Amino acid sequence: MTTATHYLPASRRWAWLANPTLRRFMRHKLAVLGVVMITVLVLACVFGPYLLHYNDLSIDIRNRFAPPFTGNHYLGTDALGRDTAARLLNAGRISLMVGFCAMLISIVIGTLIGVIAGYYRGWVGAGLMRFVDAFLSFPSVFLVLVLAAFTKPSPMMITLIIAVTSWMEISRIVEAEIRSLRERDFTLAARMIGASNRWIMFRELMPNAIGPIIVAATLTIANAILLEAYISFLGYGIQPPLPSWGNMLNAAQQYLGKAPWLAIIPGLAITLAVTSFNFIGDGLRDALDGRSDLK
Amino acid sequence: MNADEKIAVAHLNVAFRKGAGYVPVVHDINFTIGAGETLALVGESGSGKSVTSLAIMKLLAEAPKTRIDGSAIVADRHGAPIDLVAMGEQQMRHVRGNRVAMIFQEPLTSLNPVHRVGDQIAEAIRFHQSLSKAAARARALALLEQVGIPEPVKRLDCYPHELSGGMRQRVMIAIALAMEPDVLIADEPTTALDVTVQAQILDLLRNLQKKNGMAILFITHNFGVVAEIADRVMVMYAGRIVEQGSVSQVLSSPRMPYTRGLLAAVPRFEHAGLAQGELGTIAGFVPDPSTPPSGCAFHPRCGYSIAGRCDQQAPVLEEIEMGHQLRCVRWRELATEQEGAR
Repeated sequence: MTTATHYLPASRRWAWLANPTLRRFMRHKLAVLGVVMITVLVLACVFGPYLLHYNDLSIDIRNRFAPPFTGNHYLGTDALGRDTAARLLNAGRISLMVGFCAMLISIVIGTLIGVIAGYYRGWVGAGLMRFVDAFLSFPSVFLVLVLAAFTKPSPMMITLIIAVTSWMEISRIVEAEIRSLRERDFTLAARMIGASNRWIMFRELMPNAIGPIIVAATLTIANAILLEAYISFLGYGIQPPLPSWGNMLNAAQQYLGKAPWLAIIPGLAITLAVTSFNFIGDGLRDALDGRSDLK
Repeated sequence: MNADEKIAVAHLNVAFRKGAGYVPVVHDINFTIGAGETLALVGESGSGKSVTSLAIMKLLAEAPKTRIDGSAIVADRHGAPIDLVAMGEQQMRHVRGNRVAMIFQEPLTSLNPVHRVGDQIAEAIRFHQSLSKAAARARALALLEQVGIPEPVKRLDCYPHELSGGMRQRVMIAIALAMEPDVLIADEPTTALDVTVQAQILDLLRNLQKKNGMAILFITHNFGVVAEIADRVMVMYAGRIVEQGSVSQVLSSPRMPYTRGLLAAVPRFEHAGLAQGELGTIAGFVPDPSTPPSGCAFHPRCGYSIAGRCDQQAPVLEEIEMGHQLRCVRWRELATEQEGAR
């Protein structure tokens, strides 16, 4: 893979357009669709609530269970007459935020442990990886529920709980990657010029593992959103009146026959967000792996 | 260590742990390299060349896994002698890339693919010297110029994959020379390059050496390169020095059968006693260090070995003429035979 280099660096600014990684990503139609969906979803959640006629908490008992497209209630109202569209978008803010922050925290913990375990191998590495295995051997949904039952369920707490139960996959991926990278010549070359272990781990090796980390991050967001929905659906997560996609589903279940849209709408939002992130993750995996060009 | 010696290695032994015991892989290596001098270390794969250099740099696995005895003395920044073998990892970090630097066989993989070339050189400087980023970058630029990279300003911002193999090796040399080390260990630096580039790199190393007077330990198995760059040659076999001397002594009148075998295996015609066009080979393989042969380590593969002598008596390093030493119990007889054959 030789790229033209003669016109660097003045035109380097635009070089990314010819970037083979980007090209491979763009070829993955579903991943591009995923990016579009997520962008729309995020923009809607951030700006949408300002454009609606109703606030997500204002109760209007006379207009309970209004079906979608009644008046200015584009998506209808729930059992207390609250506007579903406003609740959906505000819930999106919380659900996406929880997912995103949980991902960030898991990436930090997972990468840190993975890099250290992969670099030191020996008993340090083995010890850390057995710790990871121990965490993995808990069924995470139950672990989450137990933790949630014992803590005060604020969005911050839920984020932490999700993060604590989803960093293990990342550290496994990173550990495997670092273990192979540390055998490469540039690791020895770095030691040769007097680099410290910390420098080699975080400045030489980690940037080389950024591809798998990004892929793992995308898939972790999807899982975190799903996990938040689980917990909230079961009533241990985000507590009403604060909306989240999960607790909207929870509230909707008793009116399933009477007002099915109350369940369908947040359900769709969850499905959309999760599949979009999964598509993006798949696309990134192919794009960051140069070998996929050979197919 | 004399004043004009840049590195003095004495009685260097390296052993690797295997099971309960240690397997010796490098035995009693002694050499010194003076200012502006190049010593070539020659031998087949598995003869202990790289282990020797990595032991000097303390880049082998740490203490319980490997055992290193002896000494390797270099001078620190102030000229005081320091023994690398006795140093801890923390102190060693200030020596590597600073007093002793190393370049490798594979310039293609020795540079980190995700960092720009200029940053990699600048960081090598900033490990040892507190310089601002801008000053380090300016120094990196000067180094790129010094190693003969065209358009160095542009190259600073290139990633390694944007450079050719020869250029990358020049960058590696720039990194190695960043701190003006006293000693440069070059581990087959030209093996991965094609022949014209190889010649350019050797020229470059020679010129840089002329300017800054560094000592070079040049590890190779290519005798053409040895003739080109070295002042003295040390031939290693099974972890021991088997012959050493000046380039002319070793290359034009090799005495140890192993050296002769190696030279006969070089595709050239001018060596006496070799049928024109027929390439010599040395039968067999380098012995496993955990089960060394009795007597002379080379006897099972040697065409001149005599049962009852070579397999019984371990040869010692003998000085046969000024500066020319070898390790063979039969060298006197072989020398007369050789003379007779001529």
